[in-house]
Amino acid sequence: MPHILVDNLRKTYRVSERDPGLRGALRGLLQRRHRTVEALSGVSFALERGELLGFIGPNGAGKSTAIKILSGILRPDGGRVEVDGRDPFADRERHVARIGVVFGQRTQLWWDLPVGDGFDLLRDIYRVDPQRYRRTRDELVALLHLEHVLDQPVRQLSLGQRMRAEIAAALLHEPDILFLDEPTIGLDAPSKLAVRDFVRRANRERGTTVLLTTHDMHDIEALAQRVIVIGHGRVLADSPVEALRAQVMAERRLVVDFAQDATLPAQVDGATVHSRDGQTLVLDFDPKQTPAPALIARIAGAHAVEDIRLEGLAIEAVIARFYAMHGAAEA
Amino acid sequence: MGPRDLARPYVAAFVSRFLQMLQYRTAALAGFATQCWWGGIKVMVFAAFYSGSAIAGAASSMSLAQAITYTWLAQGLLVLMPWLGDPEVAQAARTGAVAYDRLRPVDAYALWFARTAGWIAARLLPRVALMAAFAAVALPLVGLGDWAWQLPANALAGAAFLLSVVLGLLLSTAMVMLLNVATTAALNERGIQAVATPVVIVFSGNLLPLALLPDAWQTALLVQPLAGLFDIPARLYFGQLSGWHALAALGLQCFWIVALVAFGRMAMGRTMRSLQVQGG
Repeated sequence: MPHILVDNLRKTYRVSERDPGLRGALRGLLQRRHRTVEALSGVSFALERGELLGFIGPNGAGKSTAIKILSGILRPDGGRVEVDGRDPFADRERHVARIGVVFGQRTQLWWDLPVGDGFDLLRDIYRVDPQRYRRTRDELVALLHLEHVLDQPVRQLSLGQRMRAEIAAALLHEPDILFLDEPTIGLDAPSKLAVRDFVRRANRERGTTVLLTTHDMHDIEALAQRVIVIGHGRVLADSPVEALRAQVMAERRLVVDFAQDATLPAQVDGATVHSRDGQTLVLDFDPKQTPAPALIARIAGAHAVEDIRLEGLAIEAVIARFYAMHGAAEA
Repeated sequence: MGPRDLARPYVAAFVSRFLQMLQYRTAALAGFATQCWWGGIKVMVFAAFYSGSAIAGAASSMSLAQAITYTWLAQGLLVLMPWLGDPEVAQAARTGAVAYDRLRPVDAYALWFARTAGWIAARLLPRVALMAAFAAVALPLVGLGDWAWQLPANALAGAAFLLSVVLGLLLSTAMVMLLNVATTAALNERGIQAVATPVVIVFSGNLLPLALLPDAWQTALLVQPLAGLFDIPARLYFGQLSGWHALAALGLQCFWIVALVAFGRMAMGRTMRSLQVQGG
């Protein structure tokens, strides 16, 4: 029995429309126009206990909608969702007691309350045992470096501080499942690293099942064993990150710096020349036909070489190419 | 789960909202100043009416001194008037933060109800205290005793009044909850507020004692739910309702609380089934 089971999930929204300008506004007074948008049109996947899954896709692909359905906020229009045997919408109260959710674009803490007071309020709302709460809170405060912000009102926190406080707030009741919707959006590099590090520990050490959406592919590389690419409300791919990279990008790239006085070869067997710049030659090759060690040995044997670097295509480029292949970029 | 644990989230929500609202001292003082100003105008209008003979009939159901006390009471209890949804709920609906309220493992209606009750109570108590200090204590001290807020008819009437105000607070909360749900559905509170304000201010008795409205309407005016916000507490204060009539009036308030809560729960359930979260 998987921890999270999603079967043929569908959700549509009604979007109101009107033509721009005065004429459009006046016409809108007489006649309302609506368009139905399919946010999810038949999404299926399963997640085992303790898994960490990354959810990626262009803006408007349906990632957040899926998270909102899985967390019981929205009612699906079709299909089946089961989380630990519960129907999230029908069993809402029982369901949400066992999950933690962070929406990177919103705040669940009370704007005018100090962070610590907000935590205490959540303790009462989740009916957490006071002793247990103190232990969990102190642990989270230490791990997320929140000691100095506990008595500051939320509105005065920096974005990085706030996001760390949000994550702590989502875990005070020790949930089995953590849903993170763009948890690193807008954060600086150290804050991103801190968030990633924490999520990884929560997943490994406590066995929390994690589902996160992101546009930052470094989040995916650093965290997820498995990634689901979603576009136009459908699952386009569901595979390990490396498999996705291989599927999109058969080619690898070799960058060779030649010695000062060496002459650069015009051609290299088993590779195509991508570009040349001074003493640097950039080669593309297909590792299935020419294994990288053989290629490197061939070049190093024939020429005076200072440095050789093997580059994978950056994950950003992989994903952009993948979206383009499936025509999934946002309309 | 014991009853204390069961109530814990709602008590916490009430207390936190109450304490948060108490911070806004300037708003309380400004509201109080406005209410004194309007109270003064209304008192002078009453005095002008009562000195003429045009409403001799009305004067028999309420003396000028009572009408003046009524005015100060109405000003002090003004925030019981449910013409405005809880601004926190309106903001949450507009920005999509309402999603987080759906993530709490508690009864969603009860959570909002507790929070809204805290919001109303925290604005009510300081304003009543200031109004009493001004109209019941300061005015007689400066020699304007004729214009002052006077004591209730007797101790029992005073107790019945206090109980009735507590019920009025719950009734007001149940009505504000309807506005909250409507705001969540419509994403905007202005239209609802524009319609609610005149209806509430007239039919609660806040503008004029309902007893001064036409005789033929009296039964209908008394049983409609808005009377429980101010008119019933005021009639108890003056001892116009006593004994069984007082109990019946308190019962009527309870009936409307139960009915409006049931209706509000149903409306909220419907709204949440078709909820859309704004802002991506």
